[in-house]
Amino acid sequence: MNRTKVDEEEYWHSSKFKAFTFDDDDDELSQLKESKRAVNSLRDIVDDDDDDLERVSWSGEPVGSISWSIKETASSGGPTLEGREPLKTRNSLSSYPPLPKPVSSYSLSSFFKGRSRIGSLQSLSDALSDVPPKNYAPELRRPKGEYKDYSSDWSLSDTVRRLQKGKVCSLERFRSLQEKLQLLEEAVSVHDGNVITAVLIFLKRTLSKEILFRELEVRQVALRHLIHFLKETGDQKMLLDLFRYLDRTEELALSQYQEHLSIQDPEKRKEFLKSCIGLPFSVEDAAHVQDHYTLLERQIIIEVNDRHLESAGQTEIFRKHPRKASILNMPLVTTLFYSCFYHYTEPEGTFSSPINLKKTFKIPDKQYVLTALAARAKLRAWQDVDALFTTKNWLGYTRKRAPIGFHRVVEILHKNNAPVQVLQEYIRLVEDVDTKLNLATKFKCHDVVIETYRDLKDRQQLLAYRCKVDKASAEEEKIDSILSSTQIRWKN
Amino acid sequence: MAFPHRPDAPELPDFSMLKRLARDQLIYLLEQLPGKKDLFIEADLMSPLDRIANVSILKQHEVDKLYKVESKPVFSTSEQLCFLVRPRIRNMRYVANLVNTDKMAGRTRRYKVIFSPQKFYACEMVLEEEGIYGDVSCDEWAFSLLPLDVDLLSMELPEFFRDYFLEGNQRWINTVAQALHLLSNLYGPFANCYGIGRCAKMVYETWRELEEEEEGEIKGRKPEIGHIFLLDRDVDFVTALCSQVVYEGLVDDTFRIKCGSVDFGPDVTSSDKSLKVLLNAQDKVFNEIRNEHFSNVFGFLSQKARNLQAQYDRRRGMDIKQMKNFVSQELKGLKQEHQLLSLHIGACESIMKKKTKQDFQELIKTEHALLEGFNIRESTSYIEEHIDRQVSPIESLRLMCLLSITENGLVPKDYRSLKTQYLQSYGPEHLLTFSNLRRTGLLTEQVPGDTLTAVENKVSKLVTDKAAGKLTDAFSSLAKRSNFRGISKKLGLIPRGDSEYDLKVPRDMAYVFSGAYVPLSCRIIEQVLERRGWLGLEEVVRLLNGNEFAVTDMIPEENAPSDSLRLVLVVFLGGCTFSEISALRFLGRERGYRFIFLTTAVTNSARLMEAMSEVKT
Repeated sequence: MNRTKVDEEEYWHSSKFKAFTFDDDDDELSQLKESKRAVNSLRDIVDDDDDDLERVSWSGEPVGSISWSIKETASSGGPTLEGREPLKTRNSLSSYPPLPKPVSSYSLSSFFKGRSRIGSLQSLSDALSDVPPKNYAPELRRPKGEYKDYSSDWSLSDTVRRLQKGKVCSLERFRSLQEKLQLLEEAVSVHDGNVITAVLIFLKRTLSKEILFRELEVRQVALRHLIHFLKETGDQKMLLDLFRYLDRTEELALSQYQEHLSIQDPEKRKEFLKSCIGLPFSVEDAAHVQDHYTLLERQIIIEVNDRHLESAGQTEIFRKHPRKASILNMPLVTTLFYSCFYHYTEPEGTFSSPINLKKTFKIPDKQYVLTALAARAKLRAWQDVDALFTTKNWLGYTRKRAPIGFHRVVEILHKNNAPVQVLQEYIRLVEDVDTKLNLATKFKCHDVVIETYRDLKDRQQLLAYRCKVDKASAEEEKIDSILSSTQIRWKN
Repeated sequence: MAFPHRPDAPELPDFSMLKRLARDQLIYLLEQLPGKKDLFIEADLMSPLDRIANVSILKQHEVDKLYKVESKPVFSTSEQLCFLVRPRIRNMRYVANLVNTDKMAGRTRRYKVIFSPQKFYACEMVLEEEGIYGDVSCDEWAFSLLPLDVDLLSMELPEFFRDYFLEGNQRWINTVAQALHLLSNLYGPFANCYGIGRCAKMVYETWRELEEEEEGEIKGRKPEIGHIFLLDRDVDFVTALCSQVVYEGLVDDTFRIKCGSVDFGPDVTSSDKSLKVLLNAQDKVFNEIRNEHFSNVFGFLSQKARNLQAQYDRRRGMDIKQMKNFVSQELKGLKQEHQLLSLHIGACESIMKKKTKQDFQELIKTEHALLEGFNIRESTSYIEEHIDRQVSPIESLRLMCLLSITENGLVPKDYRSLKTQYLQSYGPEHLLTFSNLRRTGLLTEQVPGDTLTAVENKVSKLVTDKAAGKLTDAFSSLAKRSNFRGISKKLGLIPRGDSEYDLKVPRDMAYVFSGAYVPLSCRIIEQVLERRGWLGLEEVVRLLNGNEFAVTDMIPEENAPSDSLRLVLVVFLGGCTFSEISALRFLGRERGYRFIFLTTAVTNSARLMEAMSEVKT
């Protein structure tokens, strides 16, 4: 942590991590491309039939796999497995007698009985015949549903143990509070969340809320299970009561706030968010929730207005660039982008103007510039981009400044296909020479590269670069004229 | 290149038996509902089911039509409906809805719900509440161990992570214990058992209870697997949060490996269709590159391509008989290799393109700086910029978590400003995500001066457990301090490389992160195995928040075959990453061990982050 700058530089310049770089696409990728070419050139010999290969190694969703089959069912909109038609008619005949009889001759219960008495059924023994006769899966022979044992004299720990094994076991006989709590503690002591929940379900039904909450407050493990259970079953009312009782105000506020996610209608969602503002959030979160409400309120206004503008077809920007989606429920930055795209020149007084958004939500300069740049560059409005970085000082001189660093500006411009003239103007503004050279080379801004080498008095690099530009081009000419200049004292 | 196994490496047990067992049990359960039936399968169970059965097996047992359990209404004409689902409340509501609709229409059908891997009482409660208890029969399909590869068993329970580490729900502990019980029944008892973490301890205790109930039956069996190591995911969040750079991990991060297979899109297959490919030891090309650092993969693939070319070229100048031989014996193998090769080359190309585009190099640099703990300011502003530019929300969140854990929480000022910017960039509703992250300890705010924690410690020692429970209520979470810096120092996780780290010849497990960091989880396992316990690691254990255990006298060592003592089962509670698997495979080769991995699910940084998100994207 306390390393000096020199150490750090050594670190990055030491060859430790140079073994491989993802940026270096030239070497690695060309190696790959070569192998790809080699492999592809073999296609003509091998492409005759792949089908047995499919079977050999591609078991991903071959015909007959279950996922495949379900997709088929879904796409054909109906059942696909063969033999269903005759079955359907058979079934429809047999399913309408007044007293429906099971299709099979075995009823479920007779099947169970049959199994336990006789030991096996033909079809089953067939299916199970390749299982080694070991006792590692004893439950295979006795499905749990069979244990319908309501005997009430199990001890406390036996009861919990039976519950743990998934057996049905009545808890009704534990009526005193002490017994109930002992039961709960026993469940907690065996670490089984399923059993803890089972006991909690019983306690929830047989104890008043106040008593249940009071007892759980000092039993954290069980309490966590109840909270999760209430969340999963969607018992929001009891969950909120519980948080209130425990005085967990933040969690109370957050779970109430969470409800907004299930409200689809924007107006209703907005009203709901408004009601959330007074909830006992932390100071910081309260501000976020307030912003959330304001944002949606704003989006609703913008949406109504813009939908109208778009359908009227009078506004050029909407005609040229129809909206792809509604702005409702989008994040703030997306909203800002949208407003920089469609409402850039609007005066600050309108709700949809970027400046208004910036002020209302205290968007930092950096974020604002980044977003505005992306939006204006997308529209290829280079003048706006220029204005974004031009500042005047008190003497009236203009200069360029970017709160995000000009190398980032260049990257964003390049992503939006800015022409070389625009790009090189900003590459020139990059302060670090290495970064400048890198960017200029990467984006083929020859002039900048050439001028930078000239300024560095680096004849060797300039000579090397000469080979990279087109023959007899303006760039080559420029290099030649610099190289032949007698004004420059070359360093090499 | 490609790691060959040591000649003396012990044989792995045959886990295919687990698949057979699961299949047979499913068949048995289907037979419990004799006659034609429609089967409704939960989406999450489809891929695991595909690994052990297929449609024709289901058809043999009179499954007529297959449906996916989803929100859309389904019109089934069958007289019997069978539901194969995870024990979830919403599935019960789905079933209830269907049954109650039938009832309203005066229709009588037979319904069966098969819960996998087990039934929960909360589900039965819903059935009861919805008035269909008794109309529906319930069963359990204890399919909890899916062998994804020769050395990898997955429980396919990604929800384990959120359920336990966020919600504090212990419902899967018994499931894991049952799975261990099954393994020890099938493959003999484990001679030595180690672990660390609150959940690991509970699993261990539950499992021992199960073993003791049947002690008589397995006594005297020789162990096949000598060691078992249980580890909670929250012991080491750092490793899981890092970008992966070994091939298999990178494929997972880029394309998402799902249940052992991956969907390669048209950009990889260089055709117009996608291809679903199984990735395991059976794929000979993949098997040789899966554990390699990505930078080595190109070289390997081009070498392989050249060899292949040479083998094809041999057919020139063959006479008819030789040619016949060639075609009948070699061509098929060559063709298969050819197809595999072009697929992995395509995957590499696609990965390169994506990574270059997202400026991966910068990202890795920042991660390494965070791991080493210098240039914190610079890393923070890198993350800030990530957020401002609306680069993927998951990625931004992951970097923030990495910063938080390596620094023992964010400075309050940074926490506030990063959170604000995050909410502005990705949506205010992520307020909930932040709350979740704080509760798990993945993203926290530094407490000024640590005083609060000290007081908390002191008081909790003075009072009984129950009262302490109440006291820590203010911190009503499972979160704990990460102490990463101290642990990293004690365990030497950051190699002090004076010389270049040659990724082609890895010298330690750090190679899985380009030589910059030895995965903490794997280092702990290495140290404990070496010492056969925690002796000498007291300080590390303290920094890891305790809950360690080691039981080494479960079986007299002379009863354990020497091969078994070199087989180690590592159990990851809350998920493990492919990088960790690769690192341990490497360690195994170095030390003569072989590792078997049992995980609640294969995970990576994106999955961890998504599990914390309240906002469905």
